[in-house]
Amino acid sequence: MTFLQMQGVHKYFGDNHVLRGIDLDVERHQVICLIGASGCGKSTLLRCINALEPISEGVIRIDGNRVSGTGVDLNDLRADVGIVFQSFNLFPHKTVLQNITLAPIKVLKHSRGDARDRAMQLLQRVGLDDKADEYPDRLSGGQQQRVAIVRAMAMDPRVLLLDEITSALDPELVAEVLNIVRDLASDGMTIVMATHEMGFAKEVSSKVCFVHEGVIHEEGPPEQIFNDPQQERTQAFLKRIVDAGRL
Amino acid sequence: MTASFTPEVPVAARRVPRVLTYRVASIISLLFPFTGVFALVNSLKASKLESAGDLESARHSGERAREWCWYSLGYGLLVYFVAFMVMLFTIRDGALSKVYFDDVIFNGEAWDSMLTGFWINIKVFVIAEILVLIWALLIALLRLLPGKACAPIRFVAAAYTDLFRSIPAILVLYLIVYGLQKARLPLFENLDVQDYCIVALVLVYGAYVSEVYRAGIQSIHWSQLAAARSLGLSYGQSMRHVVVPQAVRRIIPPLLNDFIGLQKDTALISAIGILEVLGRARFINNSQATFTGYTMAALLFIAITIPQARAAEWLIKRDHAKTRAG
Repeated sequence: MTFLQMQGVHKYFGDNHVLRGIDLDVERHQVICLIGASGCGKSTLLRCINALEPISEGVIRIDGNRVSGTGVDLNDLRADVGIVFQSFNLFPHKTVLQNITLAPIKVLKHSRGDARDRAMQLLQRVGLDDKADEYPDRLSGGQQQRVAIVRAMAMDPRVLLLDEITSALDPELVAEVLNIVRDLASDGMTIVMATHEMGFAKEVSSKVCFVHEGVIHEEGPPEQIFNDPQQERTQAFLKRIVDAGRL
Repeated sequence: MTASFTPEVPVAARRVPRVLTYRVASIISLLFPFTGVFALVNSLKASKLESAGDLESARHSGERAREWCWYSLGYGLLVYFVAFMVMLFTIRDGALSKVYFDDVIFNGEAWDSMLTGFWINIKVFVIAEILVLIWALLIALLRLLPGKACAPIRFVAAAYTDLFRSIPAILVLYLIVYGLQKARLPLFENLDVQDYCIVALVLVYGAYVSEVYRAGIQSIHWSQLAAARSLGLSYGQSMRHVVVPQAVRRIIPPLLNDFIGLQKDTALISAIGILEVLGRARFINNSQATFTGYTMAALLFIAITIPQARAAEWLIKRDHAKTRAG
């Protein structure tokens, strides 16, 4: 059965029709990359999956269960669907460790000690265990984003959404963040990511979706999308990327 | 046709700026001769060097003249201000000093009485401040509740804030104290007058402080709430653990502002007949035919306010040192 499924999803912001019928199937352990110009709806699509934005029409299912519309416990849904933002959004008044353990303690009701052990384990994996007691503003952008990934992973989500997580980083810090994503993907984490890192998308994704004006205009395996795109719009978009020297 | 002019030296190096301005300013600076003399000497030197053609040295002298002029302004004003105050308190054989700093001020008994009174003020504002912190946060959170269903709650919270900010504090005091005393409501029956006063002050300052809280909460970027919600925290948990703690750190200065206001307004309860510090000051003035009681009360308020301002600054500094990048 399809693990995560979006069917005919529409989203309006007032008169602004942002998503115009999104159909997307994600299997377990897949890495889906959403590519497309700024403002095409990639971020909104991700934010709809964990209901940070309520959808206007359509259905979203996880494991066959409807998780959109009324009567869904959004807190339960979000505990299952992790998201990492472009601008990190760490809590500046809490230490790295407190950032990571807050939700496991308050939402999953883990004991303080368990939450701490798990957090330290994850921090060690991303090479930041020595920063556990630092405050976020004292870390570099790359370090902050790695902490944000750990914060999402500490909830043991079933699917991880990554919303242009390297766009706010200096070029030399991008690799340290992407390495962690690569690591998670090879561990079998189900990931849906919006990205402008075409090289990375080409390398790790199971499926690439080109989003244009609120619909998935073309989708397929990365070799096909990047080497032999069928749609005119996809070709034009990729040509601009190549011309800018980003692929 | 005008010939185009290509300067061989950059404009900034071609002339000595504002020589005349410095001359005038330094002559005025002589009103405060200690630094004015230096200003004048340097400005004269600048014009001499300029006519001798040594522009660079002239600019240096001009710059020194300018600096000495500013010193004259800064320190001169202070000296003249102090001199004026000294004059004010000494003319007419020190009439003003006698009014404000009568011998009563050195009389131990008067201070004992004043401190006993001031202790009431302290008790009232400490209790009121604790209650205001809680009450105002509650009002602010109610006013910020999301959703259409909570519109009536938001309306009530807004109405309370509007109402109690528009009525003068002394009027609220009269209305609450005399009103509640007279009505003899079951819950309020056993309160004494001082407690009614606390209730009134909490209602007035709760309205102000709730607006401070609201501004603080709204100043926290929505992405913080989004991040908290995305982890599965409920709205209440997100406010409790993420938004409000950050907001409180931001509003410490305006909060202190309102608290100082509250502390001073505890003097209003003397109008109800409570013998707090202002009431006792009035009593001392009347019984000893002096005015110094008021000075003593003022000194007491100053003595508690200044340490608080410094303490708040220290708190903020400590938090920044901890959480912000060097």
